[in-house]
Amino acid sequence: MAISILDGIFNGLSVGSVLLLAALGLAIVFGLMGVINMAHGELMMLGAYTTFVVQNIFKPLGAFSQLYIFFALIAAFVVAALMGLVLERGVIRYLYGRPLETLLATWGVSLILQQFVRSVSWVLVVNLALFCLLYFGGLWLVRKRPDFEQIRKLAIAVLLPLSVGIALTVGSLLGKSFGLTATKPWFGAQNVDVTAPKWLQGGLPIGGYQLPYTRMFIMLLTVLCVLGIYFFLNKTPWGLRIRSVTQNRNMSACLGIPTAKVDALTFALGSGLAGVAGCAVSLLGSVGPNTGQNYIVNTFMVVVVGGVGKLVGTIVGAMAIGITDYVIGTGMLSTLFTAIQPVSNFFAFFATTSMAKVLVFVLIVVFLQFRPAGLFPQKGRTVDA
Amino acid sequence: MSSQINRRKFLLYGSATLGTSILLKACGSAPTTTTEASPAASGEASPAAAAAGDGIKVGILHSLSGTMAISENSVVDSTELAIEEINKAGGINGKQIVAIKEDGASDWPTFAEKAKKLIDEDQVVVIFGCWTSASRKAVLPVFEEKNHMLFYPVQYEGQECSKNIFYTGAAPNQQIEPSVDWLLEEKGKEFYLVGSDYVFPRTANTIIKAQLAAKGGTVVGEDYLPLGSTEVTPIISKIRSALPNGGVIYNTMNGDSNVALFKQMQGAGLTADKYPVMSVSIAEEEVKAIGVDFLKGHYAAWNYFQTVDSPENEKYVAAFKAKFGDDRVTNDPMEAAYISVNIWKQAVEKAGDAGTPTDLEKVRTAAYGQKFAAPEGPVEMNNNHHISKTVRIGEVRDDGLFEIVSSTPAPVEPIPWNQFVADTKGFTCDWTRTDIKAPETAGKFKGA
Repeated sequence: MAISILDGIFNGLSVGSVLLLAALGLAIVFGLMGVINMAHGELMMLGAYTTFVVQNIFKPLGAFSQLYIFFALIAAFVVAALMGLVLERGVIRYLYGRPLETLLATWGVSLILQQFVRSVSWVLVVNLALFCLLYFGGLWLVRKRPDFEQIRKLAIAVLLPLSVGIALTVGSLLGKSFGLTATKPWFGAQNVDVTAPKWLQGGLPIGGYQLPYTRMFIMLLTVLCVLGIYFFLNKTPWGLRIRSVTQNRNMSACLGIPTAKVDALTFALGSGLAGVAGCAVSLLGSVGPNTGQNYIVNTFMVVVVGGVGKLVGTIVGAMAIGITDYVIGTGMLSTLFTAIQPVSNFFAFFATTSMAKVLVFVLIVVFLQFRPAGLFPQKGRTVDA
Repeated sequence: MSSQINRRKFLLYGSATLGTSILLKACGSAPTTTTEASPAASGEASPAAAAAGDGIKVGILHSLSGTMAISENSVVDSTELAIEEINKAGGINGKQIVAIKEDGASDWPTFAEKAKKLIDEDQVVVIFGCWTSASRKAVLPVFEEKNHMLFYPVQYEGQECSKNIFYTGAAPNQQIEPSVDWLLEEKGKEFYLVGSDYVFPRTANTIIKAQLAAKGGTVVGEDYLPLGSTEVTPIISKIRSALPNGGVIYNTMNGDSNVALFKQMQGAGLTADKYPVMSVSIAEEEVKAIGVDFLKGHYAAWNYFQTVDSPENEKYVAAFKAKFGDDRVTNDPMEAAYISVNIWKQAVEKAGDAGTPTDLEKVRTAAYGQKFAAPEGPVEMNNNHHISKTVRIGEVRDDGLFEIVSSTPAPVEPIPWNQFVADTKGFTCDWTRTDIKAPETAGKFKGA
């Protein structure tokens, strides 16, 4: 009995910690910066794909290859953070303070990223790189002229078709001369397989139960990430700047804090965390273009329930949702209430995974009726502003 | 002034985005145009059939994007292979087949919309497509209203027999029932049923429960996961408490959830020797995507495996690999799609022409009784729009292909209406019958 309770607690916590890890990046991007980033799931997906690539690079290395996961975590963080940086500099910084536009724009980005991993091939990469080089390089050169403002439209009108044309021609030439090796998609629409290293397969036997090593690894990773974020935000100079910018942007700017840089850094950090989460969930689930879609609703739910803007809210929210979901889904409540037949029947009805989700959503809706700002609402004068 | 700068920037970046998206589109659709252009290109050799207007227009309707794209893309490849082979051999009665491809995007209303588009705008004479039962149910009213023709290549839950659909995948008695029989005999009497939460798993599990009740097996639990969900911890806990000493798990999940189930089962120590899983939607392609390590020793029931030993299969696999690359595998729905195209071709040849989008009656009647030497063995189109197929059970081996552990000695006749379920017991389907009271009920009537 004691062991089965332990197993239950472990499972509930592990479901919660997956949620928390996935939501941590969003807690920063959405919670601290207020950016509704619908592409958060796709940043996770990029992390998962990075894991796949790193795993394949390490495959020929023999025994050493079993350590790939650590390098994959770092690589996933870097790739997702860079993508986040591009996203912030290219799209989001123009949309601060306009939540609706941000929502639509990031949703568009998420669709682009999904299709990108499906169709990315050498030709596509060369095309894109060439286009960016020609177009943005050309604009950069033109910008040096003193009469740039006058000829700007003309420059764009000339450069855009020219660079598109050159990129496409080179791409199709590449496709013709190298054939399938150049045009074949790297990943394709299929899911790809990420296999956990040998030492993470299987589990720790306790009594009749077995605690999966991958789950323990993810819990540990979640704890490390939370501690890391806490330390970064509270004990480092950049963390201090991030907090001050989120609390009062104008005052921070007056005091000489480079708010644009802080924004970019914060967004990149949140995105990087999404990458780490993507790497972690690749050990549990599938890695495919839709991987991110499976998590996006849950992550927003966690942040909203926890209270936007509070890290501790996200932690408590994730654990609460995870444990509730597990307890209802396994029918534990139904066996607990066997004495009271109608209650037991009620919970037995919801004791399948998909029905448990329904009940959890209902509970969240009810909860938000009473506490619209979540578990840990933000307080202070800036909230109303 | 600031608003003007914003507008300029908007223009600048807007055009950049537009350019990039055009670029992406161009690259994304590049392979499509080449494959679709190839029939036309090969047709130029015989000038009579060069013009596309002279060809026979057929539709391909599958999810090229979204959660089902993982499975459906390869079915499209196989369909295109069959069409290309027919075109290379001179087409049907000298006419080339022109395929028009539409993306159902894993979204069922989109399937219905695209089916309408293919029929009304493109004027195709047949559509090959759909994977999930939900998508088939979504397009069914369209095909019945327009009295059109769909070839559906995937194994499904049965309980349907439309005049406008030819089912080239397995009916339940050609996949689910034999596999349950085999499990009862070889692996044990206690079953745990898991599935994705939509029509196929729910109907399939009703059938399994009725069959188990009739044959002395028991169902110790049943659970459904939302399509695409990957959190299977509660299911694993329940399996372990319901089957502490091992037992059979019957898996009707689809798509990404499968990956999560097998990865996490291994982590929780539910191994193939104690908890063998019988899956009905895991074929060679999925094994590759999930990872062999997680699946080794588990079972799947299909009519076709890539490892089937026959000259037809050797030829099919070789042709497929030559066209799409050596690392690709073939699987059951792909082979069924290949059968679909060939059976339709034979029917058109027998009927004399492919019909028009509003009159396909001749092709439909010509399809009955068509025999084809398929990669899986001989198949025949029955009067009930389903085909006779050999049933096989395979065990996942080290190289990701299946070791065939059991197969029926002869093709099994399809029974679309399930005889284990009270609602449909005694019903049959025969679209050639004219002697029954109301001919429109030929899809579901009682008696022999």
